[in-house]
Amino acid sequence: MLQQIEGSRAIACGIALCRPEVVCAYPITPQTHIVEALSEMVRTGELENCEYINVESEFAALSVAIGASSAGARSYTATASQGLLYMAEAVYNAGGLGLPIVMTIGNRAIGAPINIWNDHSDSMALRDAGWIQLYAETNQEALDLHIQAFKLAEALSCPVMVCVDGFILTHAYEQIEIPEAGKVDAFLPPFDPVQVLDCMDPVSIGAMVGPEAFMEVRYLQHYKQLRALEMIPEIAKEFSEQFGRDSGGLARPYRIADAETVVVALGSVNGTVKDVVDEMREEGHLIGSLCVVSFRPFPLMEVRACLENSRRVVVLEKSFSVGLGGPLSDGVRKSLSGIALRGYTVIAGLGGRAITKKSLKGIFAKAEMDELELLNFLDLDHEIVARQIMRERETRRSGPIAENLLKSIGTVASRIA
Amino acid sequence: MFQVRIHGRGGQGVVTGAEMLALAAFLEGRYSQAFPSFGSERMGAPVVAFCRISDQEIRLREPVTMPDALLIQDPTLLHQVDLFSGLSKSGFILINSGKSPDELGLSGLPYPEDHLLAFPATEIALKHIGRPLPNSSLLGGFCALTGEIGIDSLKEAIGRRFSGKTAKDNMAAAEASFTIVGESMHAATD
Repeated sequence: MLQQIEGSRAIACGIALCRPEVVCAYPITPQTHIVEALSEMVRTGELENCEYINVESEFAALSVAIGASSAGARSYTATASQGLLYMAEAVYNAGGLGLPIVMTIGNRAIGAPINIWNDHSDSMALRDAGWIQLYAETNQEALDLHIQAFKLAEALSCPVMVCVDGFILTHAYEQIEIPEAGKVDAFLPPFDPVQVLDCMDPVSIGAMVGPEAFMEVRYLQHYKQLRALEMIPEIAKEFSEQFGRDSGGLARPYRIADAETVVVALGSVNGTVKDVVDEMREEGHLIGSLCVVSFRPFPLMEVRACLENSRRVVVLEKSFSVGLGGPLSDGVRKSLSGIALRGYTVIAGLGGRAITKKSLKGIFAKAEMDELELLNFLDLDHEIVARQIMRERETRRSGPIAENLLKSIGTVASRIA
Repeated sequence: MFQVRIHGRGGQGVVTGAEMLALAAFLEGRYSQAFPSFGSERMGAPVVAFCRISDQEIRLREPVTMPDALLIQDPTLLHQVDLFSGLSKSGFILINSGKSPDELGLSGLPYPEDHLLAFPATEIALKHIGRPLPNSSLLGGFCALTGEIGIDSLKEAIGRRFSGKTAKDNMAAAEASFTIVGESMHAATD
């Protein structure tokens, strides 16, 4: 049914339709309304045969999910930001053990400085933990990806993170189609684990592995991700047939057929990018965009096919590898091995900085003239940066950076954006 | 696309207001998107929420920097926050105040005279709801001032958001405000 609903609550409805048997969460900031809504559904009986476990930390949340999944229960949790980092060890464990847990990341920045707003630093910090990572462009896709995620996770026995832009999507109230339960049941069969802790047929899961086989275990994780490259489009196709709309897949091009400039991005900023592409197209610019949905596994061949006929690529990143650039750019670069085209990285939206059409238009126009640096920062306030650098040069004890910058800016409460 | 910005203080229901407006638009078969200005909101601090209404799918994810209408829940914000920032020259302004725009020091703003209106939304709320919650009143006024949303859709949205007596009282506040704002618009043009 089509509903006007908050992104988080729609995702919770989607999770409930997947009939999880264990949901565990630590319900304190950073968290979203997803687990709050799920706890209500369990309490009222709307979500049956599900145990909701309120744990004492994010580390415990994922550890409980690991235990539950090992025992054969369809398991779900959600977190963000510092919460994800706090469970980092368990994230690697779930990946290494190949447990098909689905976890939502309501993407947020990581401190210091303390910041609760959106960017992709959290999920990017754990991109190499052996989880599949899917990034949602819209709230509809966020809901749909969770249904696909359980199917993918359980088919491969591999955990999946569904990354949803915090606030921008999780707190947006818009129209979202909530699927019918019968259709979800037909799409997603009951969980049939490939490994399970069973008293009647005992095994141990999580043995110590020395140098003799550790690399092989890791390689098999990679092998699963290579299989996911084939399965993600198949599952998206099956989803489209069952639900009548396109969601997911590896990557989605937009107006790239004759594009000289292609913008590549993850997540919700693709909506704004498409609006900018349309406006620039109307003015005669040959520009298009590519929304990468699957970041792990990274679809090298699909990305290459979408970019190889262009002249230049602008990778828009909501995550910053300090000292180098952006993690998405690394994948895009690899996909273009042997192809000579210009590539630019634009770091944008860190810590919730609004990414506006106006600023994007400006930087894409500069890209078309090849006036960008290899690494660029959208709307960086160069003046306060220069002032701080000068301060540090002049005074040894120049004080804490974040506090100095805030003093330079003055009060922000009166600003709109 | 029609874009609205609602300014108020934490606790006044700014986000709920934006969501009810979006819901009313949805009930009219249109696309809409409501979202808060993301921050650590505190009771009494200046807060903003946004609403976009369109006949096409809304893909844009930037804050509303160039609104077509402003709803100001608390007139004490007038001289503290840059409320009019980016407002379209043909934009609408609705202020919760018993004082006239002149008395509020707003004469000389570059907006059409019949697009700028102040009315006592809190008093109307007190009368119908018994609590100083100006949301439904302001939204009822918005329907009259802009014609962007029908009052019946708004009342249906209120009915879906609230239930029982709360719903009924909020609908009455919206209806009364719709009438009052409509009448003052006629008075202005007569």
